[in-house]
Amino acid sequence: MRAMVYRGPYKVRVEEKDVPRIEHPNDAVIKVVRAAICGSDLHLYHGMMPDTRIGHTFGHEFIGVVEQVGSSVQNLQVGDRVMVPFNIYCGTCFFCSRGLYSNCHNVNPNATAVGGIYGYSHTTGGYDGGQAQYVRVPFADVGPQKIPDWLEDEDALLMTDALSTGYFGAQLADIHEGDTVAVLGAGPVGLFAARSAWLMGAGRVVVIDQLDYRLEKAEEFAYAETRNYTEYQDIVVEMKKATDGLGFDRVIEAVGAEADGNLIQHVTAAKLKLQGGSPVALNWAIDGVRKGGTVSVMGAYGPIFSAVKFGDAMNKGLTLRMNQAPVARQWPRLLEHIRSGYLKPSDVITHRIPLEHIAEGYHLMSSKLDGMIKPVIIPDED
Amino acid sequence: MPYRAEKPPLPETPEQLRARIPGWGADLDPADRPSYPRERSDLRTGAHWDFPERQPEPYPRERSIEHTQLPPVFGTAQPLHGAAGAIRRYAYDRFSEGRAAHWLLLIAADRVESTTEHLKSFATTRPDNPITETGILSEPRRHPIASRKGRVDVRHQVLDPLIVAGPWIAGGLAAVAVLRRLTKSS
Repeated sequence: MRAMVYRGPYKVRVEEKDVPRIEHPNDAVIKVVRAAICGSDLHLYHGMMPDTRIGHTFGHEFIGVVEQVGSSVQNLQVGDRVMVPFNIYCGTCFFCSRGLYSNCHNVNPNATAVGGIYGYSHTTGGYDGGQAQYVRVPFADVGPQKIPDWLEDEDALLMTDALSTGYFGAQLADIHEGDTVAVLGAGPVGLFAARSAWLMGAGRVVVIDQLDYRLEKAEEFAYAETRNYTEYQDIVVEMKKATDGLGFDRVIEAVGAEADGNLIQHVTAAKLKLQGGSPVALNWAIDGVRKGGTVSVMGAYGPIFSAVKFGDAMNKGLTLRMNQAPVARQWPRLLEHIRSGYLKPSDVITHRIPLEHIAEGYHLMSSKLDGMIKPVIIPDED
Repeated sequence: MPYRAEKPPLPETPEQLRARIPGWGADLDPADRPSYPRERSDLRTGAHWDFPERQPEPYPRERSIEHTQLPPVFGTAQPLHGAAGAIRRYAYDRFSEGRAAHWLLLIAADRVESTTEHLKSFATTRPDNPITETGILSEPRRHPIASRKGRVDVRHQVLDPLIVAGPWIAGGLAAVAVLRRLTKSS
């Protein structure tokens, strides 16, 4: 089969690989119909995530058709059209039995601090991902779900991570009616978090980024006010001014490990790999939220230490809430919202790229060229 | 103003927001939020086991020393091998996830593997090609100047080519130095 493979920092190519096989009785092999590149894939692409091995196939957002099932699979059949959450999870460990699917203890030998994720290095279990023609899907009776007939492929694709994560992030922010909400980052997760904040009754939503084209999308797609932080000497002061000196009730951090806005933080983290991530946006969230407020962290960070302003968080009495999203928990309600016309996930897609040209897709995503927000990868041209 | 008890007024009323934004307030009740409360034990996952059957272990699978046993299911994508594999094995066997040494060794192994695999690729029919593999050939068609105008990340994007080409330049310089030394000594 054809599959994207990692060849070292900033380098990927497409190679022939063996089609994955059933390795456990509850495995399925899925023929990928659509995949996506996620902003967090850039952390792998840039060599930031420890134990990212040469030859690894990335991709934790994908949908497809069931090609093969293991002997114990009961809920899926060959030919089913399925969406697959980015979490790999068993459904019965201590954490899964409490709904913490993203924290499963039975799928990742390489680390206990993170669960299993498709195509996200050996630090998350060493599973090849979906930027390929086929992918192995463990626990086929637990994670994947048949795509409703009425749901379009690209909308289903965004359910597998970006939409579910943004929606989950807004929930973690614990929004009450009339709350002021700031969202740091106008990528797909930030856009979905901003849109979700309204569903939860926010009174005001402000999206902050440095890319004008993404802020325009935030105004149009997420009905949000926007701020380009490069236009302000100090964005934290602007966050305070925007709220009469109070700070936002809730701040959602949807940027993660490669945040810009502070050259030293960015270079030490993203270029020199001396931090698990550049916590610029996280620090702005801590300083821009009101005392007693809530910071929801959706941005992904590596496992090494980062220079976070924890003293301010403590002194302000903040609630910091975070996790990888337990994707499948979000689906029933999100399907209702899509069907009601409240959300149209595929509106954030800007590029559709054949798998054979995936190196170009990564470069566009990494360098934010050509109005890039969300690229979809097409393994086989129809 | 935070100096008084009142909260600053909002620019729009709930009625105005409901009229302007599709679905405003649909999840106002926390009971309608799927991850509220965060921990719930009444969810059905589709699992039909108490503990999953164990996947065969085709080779000694590395694992965090914080795991008391090998989890029943795991990835087999790129088994440990070579010098990088030895470093990774040591990091997993010796240090917990709480130790910086664990992660720094894994990152060091990544760099070792990048170098050795690049060199090995030259002995194959498909050597690494930093031009095609970095995707930079797409630049001329993708508005490279207009896309970057006014962006703060341009300041450090100039470092990206160094990260890609730096090891090659260093390797070349090292090779030249070795050749010179050999020439002098002969």
